[in-house]
Amino acid sequence: MPEIREHIPAAHQPDAEPAIKLIDVVRNYTRPRTSLLRSAPAVHALRGVNLEVKQGERFGIVGESGCGKSTLLRIIAALDRASSGHVIVEGTDITHLPERRLRFLRENLQLVFQDPMSSLDPRMRVRDIIAEPLVVQGHPASGQRVRELLEAVGLSADAGDRYPHQFSGGQRQRISIARALAPRPRILVADEPVSALDVSVRAQVLNLISDLVDELNLTLVFVSHDLSVVKHVCDRVAVMNAGQIVETGYTGDVYAAPQHPYTQRLVSAIPTLHRALSGATTTDLLATKGEPA
Amino acid sequence: MSDVLSVRGLTVTVRDKTLVSDVDLTVGPGERVGLIGESGSGKSLTALSVLGLLPEDVVAAGSVQLTGVDHELIGADERRMSRVRGRHLAMVFQEPMTALNPTMRVGDQIAEAMLIHRTVPGRRAARAAAVELLGRVQLPRETMRAYPHQLSGGQRQRIVLALALANDPALLICDEPTTALDVTVQALVLDLIVKGVVARSSALLFITHDLAVVATVCERVLVMYGGRVVESGPVEEVFTRPRHRYTEGLLAASDLETNERRLTTIPGNVPPAGQFPSGCVFRNRCRHATDVCSTAPSWTGTASTGFACHHPAEVTTHA
Repeated sequence: MPEIREHIPAAHQPDAEPAIKLIDVVRNYTRPRTSLLRSAPAVHALRGVNLEVKQGERFGIVGESGCGKSTLLRIIAALDRASSGHVIVEGTDITHLPERRLRFLRENLQLVFQDPMSSLDPRMRVRDIIAEPLVVQGHPASGQRVRELLEAVGLSADAGDRYPHQFSGGQRQRISIARALAPRPRILVADEPVSALDVSVRAQVLNLISDLVDELNLTLVFVSHDLSVVKHVCDRVAVMNAGQIVETGYTGDVYAAPQHPYTQRLVSAIPTLHRALSGATTTDLLATKGEPA
Repeated sequence: MSDVLSVRGLTVTVRDKTLVSDVDLTVGPGERVGLIGESGSGKSLTALSVLGLLPEDVVAAGSVQLTGVDHELIGADERRMSRVRGRHLAMVFQEPMTALNPTMRVGDQIAEAMLIHRTVPGRRAARAAAVELLGRVQLPRETMRAYPHQLSGGQRQRIVLALALANDPALLICDEPTTALDVTVQALVLDLIVKGVVARSSALLFITHDLAVVATVCERVLVMYGGRVVESGPVEEVFTRPRHRYTEGLLAASDLETNERRLTTIPGNVPPAGQFPSGCVFRNRCRHATDVCSTAPSWTGTASTGFACHHPAEVTTHA
């Protein structure tokens, strides 16, 4: 797909400013009051998260449900605001920017969500869905550009005339990816993009994300509960537990020799074919030894 | 030794569509058998046919025999089936919240399972047995008084497991029991399932799309695609030396350990139910398909180990 390769990214210099930087980000929610006399209980979704994603990096965030990874994503995308701390995207502190000054972020950072059925408007044709980010940002949305994007994600050009319900789960996720790529973002944030997909289709979508990130020189932030998927896709990974990042490192290292007790438990709990065929039982999944067999 | 579960020529149809076609399946005493396949492969329908819980206007034909039950399960009326379900045969579903009664304390639900089938002499004994069962799934005695919504997903799934095992069923069927759970919780629940069936020498039919989970839990595996069993055999055999091209593709696609940047894929998508090609159901996605594949491949091998493919993968090393 030669046409899409247009923006040349900032070179991978070591001193280039990070694509995303979080400094001591805290996010507290208050639950509804349960009593007239007591104050509303608070939920500490993020408790001081520090994070740096370099330009052009494939960065994974792993954690189980409730660990705060979705809150973190929403804050990076400025869909939610931090209670304290700073969020810096491409050198701009977005922590307190009003929505009208976030246009650069809306163009440069795009999201792909887990469930492609609920993130695509069922009443819009696919070509309108893909063109919508362009229209919203006041760019001309040409049919040419939409066809380019459809081709880039491996869908035929006539797919544009159809509606989301006419596609399978994997194809819908391709549509979500095409929509995300429409405004030529530099950062792609994917929230569990393959969790709802079948194994054979998951491999296709992972390959597609991988290829597009390479070809368009994107910075990828990939959130998943599945460490083995993250290991395949990402260079570096942050492991989250209870609102904090407990371990960061190169994915291979974290997977092979986890340091934090939580990461050790997480890694040993992942069933793999390799381990099972060499005789691992379900009891071995519970073992908290760091080294996976 | 006779089989605990014996399914012969099971075919499930809805109006003019065939969803499951000619499935043979046996589970021996104390055996742990896995049924794997992607969505739409018919694995859940197979389980529901055994339980007699198919939705309305979905019809099963064929034969299902269960040890300890002197009648055919297919076509048995609800009165007879309700004596079998929960007693000889129990099921753990994917979503524990919908499997539990939200208005009843979990302790009463477990006790009720035993009282209905009269496997305990009275209320007091049933409650004592329920506490014991909760202990087996590592939940404290206080859980007896909890309502399902007060528990986490993993705790709920353990309650469902305790309920399923309450009457020491001859066969436990688990349909994607851990798909909705986190990995660390999944590890615990899988371990409890295996320990629970081993302690009772119950047979286990475990349905999932996760190859690694099947390999960890089961001894024998059946691979389903497009409503047919395409390959079966011991876990080690099927996962190290797959013969059917679908099994081969599935194994390659799920191999995230590979050092290759790109994963191996199976081209195309799983067709919607009832729209699989005639002949070999996999031929429209298979790289090895030829004209002969438009005729249905016959089963090669024995009843428990074999495959149905015109162009099977070569066996390089034979054990």
